[in-house]
Amino acid sequence: MVSQQNGRASVFYDPKIRGIFFQAVLFAALAVFVSWIAGNTIANLRRAHIASGFGFLNSRAGFDVSNALIPYSSDSTIARALLVGLLNTLLVAAAGIVTATAIGFLVGIGRLARNWLVRQICTIYIEIFRNIPPLLVIFFWYMGVLSVLPLPRNSIKFPFDMYLNSRGFYMPAPVLGEGAWVTGAAFMTGIILAFVSASWARRRQMATGRRPSVLWVAIALIVGLPLAAFALTGFPLSLDVPKASVFNLTGGIQVKPEFLSLYLALSFYTAAFIAEIVRAGILGVNRGQTEAAYSLGLKPGPTLRLVIVPQALRIIVPPLTSQYLNLTKNTSLAVAVGYADLVAIGGTILNQTGQAVEIVAIWMVVYLGISLVVSVLMNWFNAKTALKEK
Amino acid sequence: MRKAIWTAVVGAVALAVTMAAASASTLSDVKKKGYVQCGVNTGLAGFAAPDDKGNWKGFDVDFCRAVAAAIFGDGSKVKFTPLGAKERFTALQSGEVDLLARNTTWTETRDTELGLNFAGVNYYDGQGFMINAKKLPGVNSALQLSGASICVQTGTTTELNLADYFKSHHMQYNPVVFEKFEEANAAYDSGRCDVYTTDQSGLYAIRLTLKNPDDHVVLPEIISKEPLGPAVRQGDDQWFDLVKWTLNAMIIAEELGITQSNVDQMKKSDNPEIRRILGQDPNSHYGRDLGIGEDWVVNIVKAVGNYGESFERNLGQGSPLKIKRGLNQLWSKGGILYAPPIR
Repeated sequence: MVSQQNGRASVFYDPKIRGIFFQAVLFAALAVFVSWIAGNTIANLRRAHIASGFGFLNSRAGFDVSNALIPYSSDSTIARALLVGLLNTLLVAAAGIVTATAIGFLVGIGRLARNWLVRQICTIYIEIFRNIPPLLVIFFWYMGVLSVLPLPRNSIKFPFDMYLNSRGFYMPAPVLGEGAWVTGAAFMTGIILAFVSASWARRRQMATGRRPSVLWVAIALIVGLPLAAFALTGFPLSLDVPKASVFNLTGGIQVKPEFLSLYLALSFYTAAFIAEIVRAGILGVNRGQTEAAYSLGLKPGPTLRLVIVPQALRIIVPPLTSQYLNLTKNTSLAVAVGYADLVAIGGTILNQTGQAVEIVAIWMVVYLGISLVVSVLMNWFNAKTALKEK
Repeated sequence: MRKAIWTAVVGAVALAVTMAAASASTLSDVKKKGYVQCGVNTGLAGFAAPDDKGNWKGFDVDFCRAVAAAIFGDGSKVKFTPLGAKERFTALQSGEVDLLARNTTWTETRDTELGLNFAGVNYYDGQGFMINAKKLPGVNSALQLSGASICVQTGTTTELNLADYFKSHHMQYNPVVFEKFEEANAAYDSGRCDVYTTDQSGLYAIRLTLKNPDDHVVLPEIISKEPLGPAVRQGDDQWFDLVKWTLNAMIIAEELGITQSNVDQMKKSDNPEIRRILGQDPNSHYGRDLGIGEDWVVNIVKAVGNYGESFERNLGQGSPLKIKRGLNQLWSKGGILYAPPIR
């Protein structure tokens, strides 16, 4: 052992080099394993005479999808069919996240309410929805609630030409006429001007210590400006009202029961978890913070808004991210009720073309992509609300 | 030390690769494990469904038993894998099942791109439509279906034919697509859809399971050709031949009047063709050529009967479905069922 005679440890026992060596071995083993899996898959596909590659994405789809957000027909490409599925997934995920957050915050705060009844109702809600698998909740809405609604000819009527039946919820669709863009532009201008006036008010407060009230100015800008533009351009809006035809109601906007059941189920299910997270967040803020804010002369409203919520968010946001990711991934349960999400459409393509490996790869990449985007956004928001030490 | 690791890695990889490349002969694998693994429908009355004692019954199930009988002389040496429309091909491709007898339409894509071989046609079907006549009294043709909501099972030729039919007739429709046909049945029964579409044989079978079967009618239009048949993997001609000739033998047995009850007497028949097929001619060796015993046809007929017997028992007059033979009658009796000779 030459190195020991020199008074230094052998290279073999150097922890640093050892660490690098074992990492290299692990990496090499992983690389060999992955390339073996890939090679084996390709060899097996070839041996079974199964075509492979992504060329099939440009061929004609051949099947129809009933709730496409973008123009789609059976003549469109398979890639476009997948895009239709992806958009449907994103739609139900986005709508679900918004609703779940709203319900979750309400129920979470409700669990801390002083009113006994409100507290009990919120507790029961959470315990029911948190302990039932989401698939059963979806079935509950689809089979238990929506499918027992009457047939189209006996639709339940609501005011303003809205209808509810076993084929979904129908409402009039606005049809924009000539010059309708002026109203939209006026609305956007109103919002921008409202922000400008709010920042002016903030500067006044900094300079003079008094905050001028701009609430009414903002309302006038956001509501009044578009209304005025709407009237000046001669009310360029008509309504496409749903009408009864032989089979279904036609015209208007139709929200299908497949979407409704998935959206409601995921919202109610995830909201139960969010409610608990919100409760934990609020309870996590020391009572002393409230007392300190009161003793500084802050009113209850500003105390909640400026002291409690910012600190509670630090606790709430990280687990909230997981819930958003869960909800997004749970949208793949759509397949059980026939909602045309990415998994359902991908499954159809898988079966029509037989490209199982490719479709599964697309699924995994897309869900990973969506989850990473949600993660990045929530991490950014988390960094914004995190404690900044000066 | 490095050398040792590399030896281990290379050895493991070599082992894994050889393991993956094994199983070239399905027949010898089947003989070794002692049963045929057969992919069937998850539960379609008449074709494949478990009865109240859990025994699989049906026309496709009979075919699986016929293959088992040809190999083992025993129609019970078969295990069934219930498969949905979506996973059926993957199950066959990956070797999970040896044989797929699941009312599957023979198409060009499936024959080529999916790497399958169809061993013939055991049921000539066509796609049709079913409606609730009580709720839609004025509708008596598929051409009146514009604007309807239609329940359909995903990943089927049905779904593609439907799109083509409505497009070529310039009609609109709302597809309501389900992965399992049980889900599609439930949705149609609850009124979610106006119309149910699948192969006509399937419509008759499904009608039996609805709440009020008599309210529903199958519309007269047939919008597609659906030749249903058993399928095997490509690349194993011996197994392909065995499955193909099992089907042909059932049809030929009906042509020659060989039935479950008279097969033993038929062995002593004067007809040289019958004697040859039933393995009574010492100079013929059809069984050996297929890799099985010479009494294979005897075993098939003893296990499930000839084609006509199996049809009548599962789909025809002996079943609640009461489907007429129609196209599935022998060529000599006005149908298009025609098997190449065993010679």
